[in-house]
Amino acid sequence: MRLAGRFGGAALSLLMVAVLGFFLFRVVPGDPVVSMTRGRPTTAAMQAELRAQFGLDRPLHEQFWSYFTSLLHGDLGTSFTFRRPVSEVIGERLGPTLLLVGTATLIAVLLGLWLGVRAAWRRDSVFDRVTTGVSLTLWAVPTFWLGMLLMMVTGDLFPSRGMRDTDTAPDFVSQALDVGHHLVLPSVTLVAVVCAEYALVMRSSLLEEMHAPYLTTARAKGLRDDLVRRRHAVPNAVLPAITLVFLRFGLVVAGAITTETVFSWPGLGLLFYDALTGPDYFLLQGLLVVTAGAVVVMNLLADLLHGVLDPRVKVV
Amino acid sequence: MRVKLCALLAIATTVGLSAPPASAQQPVVLKVAIVQQIDSMNPFLAVFQSSTEIGRLMYDYLTAYAAADQSVTEGLANRWEPSADRLTWTFTIPEGKKWSDGVPITARDVAFTYNLMLTDEVARTANGSFVANFAQVSAPDDRTVVIRTKTPQVTMLALDVPIVPEHVWSKVGSIKDFANDRMPVVGSGPFVLSEHVPGQFIKLKANKTYWRGAPKYDELHFVYFQNSDAAVQALGKGEIDLVNRMAPAQFDSLAGKAGVTRNKAMGRRFTELLINPGAQTRTGEPIGDGSPVLRDVRVRRALAQAIDLDALVARVNLGYAEKGAGLVPPVFGKYHWQPSEAQARAFDPPAANAALDAAGYPRKADGTRFPLRLIGRAGRAYDEQASEYLKRSMSDIGVPLDVRLVSDNQLNESTTAATYDLAFSGWSTNIDPDFVLGLHTCAQRPGADGKGGTTDTYFCDETYDRLYAQQLSEFDEDRRVEIVKQMQARFYDQVPAVVLAYENALEGYRSDHFARFTTQPAQGGVIMAQNGMWGYYGAEPAQRTARAGGTGWAGFALGGAAVAVLVAAFVVLARRRAATAGERE
Repeated sequence: MRLAGRFGGAALSLLMVAVLGFFLFRVVPGDPVVSMTRGRPTTAAMQAELRAQFGLDRPLHEQFWSYFTSLLHGDLGTSFTFRRPVSEVIGERLGPTLLLVGTATLIAVLLGLWLGVRAAWRRDSVFDRVTTGVSLTLWAVPTFWLGMLLMMVTGDLFPSRGMRDTDTAPDFVSQALDVGHHLVLPSVTLVAVVCAEYALVMRSSLLEEMHAPYLTTARAKGLRDDLVRRRHAVPNAVLPAITLVFLRFGLVVAGAITTETVFSWPGLGLLFYDALTGPDYFLLQGLLVVTAGAVVVMNLLADLLHGVLDPRVKVV
Repeated sequence: MRVKLCALLAIATTVGLSAPPASAQQPVVLKVAIVQQIDSMNPFLAVFQSSTEIGRLMYDYLTAYAAADQSVTEGLANRWEPSADRLTWTFTIPEGKKWSDGVPITARDVAFTYNLMLTDEVARTANGSFVANFAQVSAPDDRTVVIRTKTPQVTMLALDVPIVPEHVWSKVGSIKDFANDRMPVVGSGPFVLSEHVPGQFIKLKANKTYWRGAPKYDELHFVYFQNSDAAVQALGKGEIDLVNRMAPAQFDSLAGKAGVTRNKAMGRRFTELLINPGAQTRTGEPIGDGSPVLRDVRVRRALAQAIDLDALVARVNLGYAEKGAGLVPPVFGKYHWQPSEAQARAFDPPAANAALDAAGYPRKADGTRFPLRLIGRAGRAYDEQASEYLKRSMSDIGVPLDVRLVSDNQLNESTTAATYDLAFSGWSTNIDPDFVLGLHTCAQRPGADGKGGTTDTYFCDETYDRLYAQQLSEFDEDRRVEIVKQMQARFYDQVPAVVLAYENALEGYRSDHFARFTTQPAQGGVIMAQNGMWGYYGAEPAQRTARAGGTGWAGFALGGAAVAVLVAAFVVLARRRAATAGERE
């Protein structure tokens, strides 16, 4: 029953996002037709024709109704900017974003949790101080600046834009290596920022467990330090970090905007940036539904996973 | 066992990552950075400057502008003749020109294109204004196109409309849904579109059968940069060969860089300061909330006189601009206008102060006369710096400025709704001045509901409008030039806007890869964003050594080494842990 409630809640959240998305972006100043035709010989009649083409000349409630009914049929409308169905435009950008965000999240989670555990276990050691200091610094650094800096200091070693070179051989191995080569700087940038957060949360959550009586018991059994940490302390301390990982993963899909902009990575973040300059209503609405959907789904997953990881939290 | 596996994995990964991308016989490629998205490859829908620029490479127009002096020259048509009443134009399409698939180009393709635009509303999306005055287009035979216009039209040799092949486009069902991405895309220009990955790159191949002769290299790649700083860095590293639209500081950063040549060209753009002259709709209803004092032309002149344009160019444009005057930039020399000694408004704050006193706006007790608002775009370096400068200039004549820097969309909205006193704006102009002049006529103002306006300045002046109509039907070029200059003089005198500067177009290219580019015009002209395709078409490869291919190797070697070190560390740790566990348990 509670499980059904969770799913119901998630569905309701998505519905609200869809409704909110429509009105939210209509408040963004600017007239899409004016910005679309700016700087070109355009007559008022042509502008009116464009408005009619996109349905912008109809009353707001009619526009909303047509948006909403199409959405229920899975149709996100047509992008003004790209003149193609929104779902198609988003679809081709989803892969690159998932690749970048997925790689970065995986590295950041492993590295962040490992650093956090080590730092907490040897609290006040040199390792702890360095890790915490560096984490705090990286967390505070603007992503844009870090990206540009990395690009400058690495010189010729890594490409400065995009996901692929235009003249790479078409076979799979060459293409995959090329993508890997392009992936290095953006994912390092993203890891540097995200990983710090995981390390800090993991550290503080493990510190809370450090003086728990069950650890003393475990040590008294004669277990070596390593096993006490791995089998007893970490499993109890990892829960807040797992929640964070899932929440962040949902957010990161949209949050890669700055990284993607710096490195011209052809993902959703970059698409969001481009859509805002229109403003390209349908594309923005679609992006909001997809990215908010990611957050909602990840939330739900974190909820369900909690029950698996921690028997005290019963889902059903 | 585990250790061995790890070691094997380490070796495999290192070898794998260190292998450079395989390379076949390298074609000569020109790589160009574009910083604007591509909206569509369908020439009837594409409105972004980046898209139309690539469209010019794929499709020829009926006529073209020469590279050397921008005069009208052969496009698809090599001869043209207006009738005595100037209502009928006959264009001749010579034999021998072919589409990239080998089918001959005929007058029927031209008639098909224009008629498609006349009959299909969607096909008018991008270039509808060029055919708005067309009554009928026909092709009596394969070589002759006849266009009848409703009224005499002086811009008949400036029809920026890509002509498409009838044998391809007649099969297109809905123009709106046609992405024009069946590669290779059949065209008539010097390059053929061969691949487009949205948001990443566009590849074109040289059209070996192009009627002017094949380009001197094999492929032209446009790679997309969201971030212009990254584009400038990529040029420095040799990843790309050509960049434009650089900011002065970026341009300066490339000075003395080995293998890079900079091109400081005359630009097509001007920057202006709009002064709300008392905005009204077409029906004469006041619109917006502009300060009433600005309706007085004496006030507008005084404000203009208090601005030191030379200082703005030197300090804000860092010298990469020319001082503004008329609406047509000097790059279009024929129509460019400069005020005579008598007409010119020299920078003179005391005279501006005296003029405001005389006009009945004395200083109040606190030393001010009346406040004004200035809006500009946040994040645009010019607006940020020039607004500070203007604040000081205006305060010298007792006009406190309230500066507000807003988003691009908000700025557009304010200028469209006339809710401004002063605002930064700017336009890119064309060889034919009709468009930029037309922006300031009464008819461009919005209708009674405040919508449908395309005016730039809310200017509405009887003299200016009369001259505008005259130049539109003046077929004697010298006389038209004279009228166009009179219009600019009138605009300058009535000051609905102050043209602040004609910005230079700042470009850079890898001269170790490409030795020469054709600029338009020949003297001080641009390579990119031309009224034509000469810059890309005329590029000549340098006698080069291999493209800097070492970068890939170095990166891969470094990546491989890093992975090897990590794996080795892991192996050592694992062994140590196994050992201690054994000892302690």
